[in-house]
Amino acid sequence: MLTPTMSRTPTALCLEGVACTFANRDDPSQRYTAVRDVSLAVGAGEFVSVVGPTGCGKSTLLNVAAGLLAPSTGAVQVFGQPLAGINRRAGYMFQADSLMPWRTALANVRAGLEFRGAPDADAQARDWMKRVGLGGFEDRYPHQLSGGMRKRTSLAQTLALDPDIILMDEPFSALDIQTRQLMENEVLELWAAKKKAVLFITHDLDEAIAMSDRVLVLSAGPASRPIGEFVVDLARPRDVAEIKLLPRFLELHAAIWAVLRDEVLKGYAQKLRSA
Amino acid sequence: MSWKPGPKNIRWWQAGVLAAVFVVWHLLTAPGLLPNIVFENDKQASFFFGEPIAIFGRIWKWFVVDADIYRHLAVTLIETVLAFGVGSVLGLAFGLWLALAPTASAILEPYIKALNSMPRIILAPIFAVWFGLGIASKVALGVTLVFFIVFFNVYQGVKEVSPVVLANARMLGASQKQLLRHVYLPSATSWVFSSLHTSVGLAFVGAVVGEYLGSSQGVGYLILQAEGTFDINTVMAGILVLTAFALALDAAVGRLERHLMKWQPRAGETEKL
Repeated sequence: MLTPTMSRTPTALCLEGVACTFANRDDPSQRYTAVRDVSLAVGAGEFVSVVGPTGCGKSTLLNVAAGLLAPSTGAVQVFGQPLAGINRRAGYMFQADSLMPWRTALANVRAGLEFRGAPDADAQARDWMKRVGLGGFEDRYPHQLSGGMRKRTSLAQTLALDPDIILMDEPFSALDIQTRQLMENEVLELWAAKKKAVLFITHDLDEAIAMSDRVLVLSAGPASRPIGEFVVDLARPRDVAEIKLLPRFLELHAAIWAVLRDEVLKGYAQKLRSA
Repeated sequence: MSWKPGPKNIRWWQAGVLAAVFVVWHLLTAPGLLPNIVFENDKQASFFFGEPIAIFGRIWKWFVVDADIYRHLAVTLIETVLAFGVGSVLGLAFGLWLALAPTASAILEPYIKALNSMPRIILAPIFAVWFGLGIASKVALGVTLVFFIVFFNVYQGVKEVSPVVLANARMLGASQKQLLRHVYLPSATSWVFSSLHTSVGLAFVGAVVGEYLGSSQGVGYLILQAEGTFDINTVMAGILVLTAFALALDAAVGRLERHLMKWQPRAGETEKL
């Protein structure tokens, strides 16, 4: 069950036996292993979600896939090539605010295109602002935008580079439920149009099932590892609000929750102990 | 209009305070107006504290009748601007370099601390020897004052760059050079701008102190000259001119800051949609 599912499509992103151990800066003998024995594969055009209890190293995995963090052991492959340094074929949507506060929304969306020297950066950025529904807000600075609008800007910023792999780290966790459903549907629409490989991190099981082709469950930290994998065989296109009422959705939810529940309780107990 | 102090007439009240100070000053110093309390002699109060009317006469003469202060003001202003410019550029360059080169910063740390805690005004005589009595020695003094303010702010600014913003820029494909240009520099300059009032003020202090310690022109020189002849009215007039000048400079900086920092949130700004 833990071996990566081999799909017909080529593998976009592949983590093999990845472990991440952090040394305590003040006391090098103290080590903390965030994740270990993680093997996962995301096919080209596949939408994979990773769920797990709080503090289980989900973001660590994403940083490894992005090339921001080198794993202690194990290997990362991107379209069959071993990854060294930043993952150039990936776009990363962070959980926290990642916009440059000194740039306007438009300039933020343009940033990646500028860095790569795209000749029509401005036109492309304007187009993306419209596509995420922010036409007319080009000249606003991030602090003048609402949380949802900042996320849209981040989304446009990431997608404007047309990455083959999209990494998303709880991108909507700070949004209210309505805005969130709207954005989830928008992301699904954009994804359906381009069919990129997506690795989506969330703690929200509903969101994971509603959006993905496959859901991976991570165990509670430290040293978390995948303990379950579920294929979501729900028809697309989906509406994240309506899909939650389907019997198949509820079945999947019950099955995944059965695996996740114990881990959540374990994670919670650890949190209480360390607090 | 009501007389009670309020937001509408606050300017009038502020002007009133200034006027009251001058009136009291005049009453206490004008020879023969009030009986002597502290001094034995009618003239002594005005000898020590000057007379407002004579002071304004002096200022009027400087600006209108003789119109000879503009040359001195220009010199002081040029010194201030040069000191600020050179000090900022040096501070920015060194701050960026040391913040991004941990080894160099670790080696140089004690020296920077030592240089910063040294009372740098005492360098003025050395600069006068090195650079002469012209503009250069004043600029050098101002630069030593401005440099550290800017340096520490840039250093802080680079260190405080949000790791998420940095990681995001790297994921967007920024090279080291682009990170410097588009992430570190804007973050550092925002800290520089937030200390603009202090650094411009210190550049001004450097210029005036430098002039006061030895020069042939500038407002500090006028004060030095007047002091040599115990012309307290001219000294006071010089101080008033310098104060007004510093206020104007500060207001100009404030305008510049508002223009440059418009991306920063200000408290109570409701513009979210």
